[in-house]
Amino acid sequence: MSTTAPLPSPAEHRPTVVGVATAEVVDPRVARVAWAAVVLAALAFFITIPPVTLRTPAPSVVLGVVAAVGGWWAARAGAGRVGWGAVVGAVLAIVGAWVASGADEAKLDQVVVWSALFAATLRFATPLIFAALGGIISERAGVIALGLEGMMLSGALFAVLGADLTDSWLLGVLVGMLGGVGVAAIYAVFAITLRADQVVAGTALNLMALGVTGYVFVARYGDDGSPKDLSRVPELSLPGLGGDGFFAVSIGSASLMTWFALVAVAAVAFVLFRTTPGLHLRAVGERPEAAESAGIPVLRTRYLAVLASGAMAGLGGAYLSLALLGSFSQNMTAGRGFIALAAVIFGRWRPGAALAAALLFGFSSAIARRLDVFSDQLATLFNALPYVLTLIAVAGLVGRSRAAGALGKPYERG
Amino acid sequence: MLPARLARAATTTRGLAGRGVSRVGVPLVTTFLAFLAGGLAILVTGNDPFATYKAIFDGSGLSWLFPWTGGDTREIAASSLQQTLIAAAPLALLGLAVAVAYRAGLFNIGGQGQYLASSSMAIWVGSSFHGMPALPHVVITVLAGVAIGALWAGIAGALHATSGANEVITTIMLNWVAIWIGSYLFGLGGPLQNTEDRSLPVSPEVAQSARLPVFWGDPELQGLHIGFFLAILGLVVYWVLIARSRAGYEIRAVGLNPEAARTAGISPGRVTVKAMLICGAFAGLAGAIDVLGWEYRISTTDITVSQIGFLGIAVALLGRGSAVGIGIAALLFGALTTGASQRNLDPEIFDPALGTNLTLIIQGIIVLVASADIVLGGAVRSLAARSFGRLRTLVARRREASA
Repeated sequence: MSTTAPLPSPAEHRPTVVGVATAEVVDPRVARVAWAAVVLAALAFFITIPPVTLRTPAPSVVLGVVAAVGGWWAARAGAGRVGWGAVVGAVLAIVGAWVASGADEAKLDQVVVWSALFAATLRFATPLIFAALGGIISERAGVIALGLEGMMLSGALFAVLGADLTDSWLLGVLVGMLGGVGVAAIYAVFAITLRADQVVAGTALNLMALGVTGYVFVARYGDDGSPKDLSRVPELSLPGLGGDGFFAVSIGSASLMTWFALVAVAAVAFVLFRTTPGLHLRAVGERPEAAESAGIPVLRTRYLAVLASGAMAGLGGAYLSLALLGSFSQNMTAGRGFIALAAVIFGRWRPGAALAAALLFGFSSAIARRLDVFSDQLATLFNALPYVLTLIAVAGLVGRSRAAGALGKPYERG
Repeated sequence: MLPARLARAATTTRGLAGRGVSRVGVPLVTTFLAFLAGGLAILVTGNDPFATYKAIFDGSGLSWLFPWTGGDTREIAASSLQQTLIAAAPLALLGLAVAVAYRAGLFNIGGQGQYLASSSMAIWVGSSFHGMPALPHVVITVLAGVAIGALWAGIAGALHATSGANEVITTIMLNWVAIWIGSYLFGLGGPLQNTEDRSLPVSPEVAQSARLPVFWGDPELQGLHIGFFLAILGLVVYWVLIARSRAGYEIRAVGLNPEAARTAGISPGRVTVKAMLICGAFAGLAGAIDVLGWEYRISTTDITVSQIGFLGIAVALLGRGSAVGIGIAALLFGALTTGASQRNLDPEIFDPALGTNLTLIIQGIIVLVASADIVLGGAVRSLAARSFGRLRTLVARRREASA
């Protein structure tokens, strides 16, 4: 082959996205020890922060060492991933407890206000939940969701345009959804019909969405920025939860879209795993040839899945601009589409687990916002946490998992 | 991406002429389509696409190459062309960072992170050791940048080799880790924030002794630095590596078929790590020459808005993985970025704020079209074959008529 011949296709030899499923047969007693070690490790850290706020690391060190030994034993006895997780967690907990027990108590009280942290977690997690659901739908159907960032960005801009033109947040959100669908449609044509390399096409759409949204934004609003009097998505208060108790502050009132996101998780999980269309969608992603011979239209199903993922990501973007911030700025998603993709992988392509991952990442953002009491630097560095966690997860330390069998492989009717 | 069988058929079973057509034709058609779409975007805002592209061309300084450009215009063009080449040099290296991985069957989407890790390192080393003689200071700083870039990519390579972690995901995550570490280092109160003005989230300035010498133009006004030659050297090294070296042979073998390579005694895991290290070294070199050649200091905003690593993907794809192609594609994107920049684009003709986004759109479309490369390649080839056939019948008819 000469140097100038077209590049070989990397898609061909890519191993299944995150390794292979390993059937781990574990003695239930060993598994119980492993999980107990995880809980002990968490407890070791927990007792040094409010409301307990022990001022000495000694008990934490004891608990941590017990957890580490338990985890190590369990890992040796067969419960590999949970056991090693407990060991890593115990080490982190001891370090964390050491730092926290030495930290200024007043500042600690300022950072760890659980109710406010929960509220902020929900706020930051909502766009991730929407986009991660979109990612799951697309990847379960066998199409890589690398374009989530671009779809979100488009959703954010179009939501602002819609709300500005119609003076209605609801229409704005719907237009934002269509903005996501529009990007998804282009992606679908390339990824499904033209059988393009999905990683390259997704990257292209992220670049294009960045350019197009910036272009439209500058052309439409110039130097003024987005309008100040945008119609915003209202908050919805739970009836019977007033005042400033723990639940009132944490979940008493949240954006309408946050509630909708939580409902959407259940809905997507139900559709994917309990209905025929969901089964078809997964079949198309797992074994397209088999699905086709069973009479399921592979290409059409994948199209619908990608468009739906665009709608979800568009909702996430609309939440950012019309609910969280009330404005649009260039590149405002700032990597949230990739955190959402991380949540998909972290959650092993399952809506419930992806919700947990999105909440975890939202929580780390919430903590990061408050850590500046201690130092700005620490707060900044904390933003890298979701990405580091995902690195660890895909490296197999958290446990191997498997993406859809035909993920990233274009389907050609035989 | 089409099945390998088809891809191979597209490149081997057709005649050499067909291959030649797609090698030059596909990138040309791709670029044309992208500029066409960009032209429509210009039209939508009520501007004249031709005048705008002319202004971008003038802003890129490429008119310096025309001997009839004279006087003041020539001087301005020279300064703009220096900018274009300054921008093209790291783009070429970042293109190589993608191309090497592609040869090994990997997709390195982490050029951005490798570049940023290296710029941060180059700032650190370059702004330390004041009073060191220039030559060792430059060499040490560049090597430090190259090393951290290689390490950053090597993490992804090692994870891929040991646990099968997909390099697309890991390099994306590493990008963001690099972005946040950079923001941490140079941000307010960060350990590497400058000491003169604590209110600015900006790095300290690289010492004079660590700067790359400028060989064309005014060093005060961002003249062309010798990093340009390092980039050209990088292209040559890439060509030798891929076409003439044992390591390159192994990389290509693993890229084409890891199982067959394993049977032939090549360890795919080791080659994967090696390929990623080389990618990271190229991206690291790009970050180092930008910092030492013209930036000298970076702000946290520079870190967050930079898209240069992703443009490297566009360069590699448009250059179709060949050293010459990557060089030309880097020059094109360097010219486009420079010509549409705030500094060089005539605001009377087109708003530079729009111009920057326009270049992103054009580059995005190029990557998008390239993603469906083989489809387009087929179209170009059949078009070429058809027109060639038509030409042949035409000539035959003429001959018949005259006979």
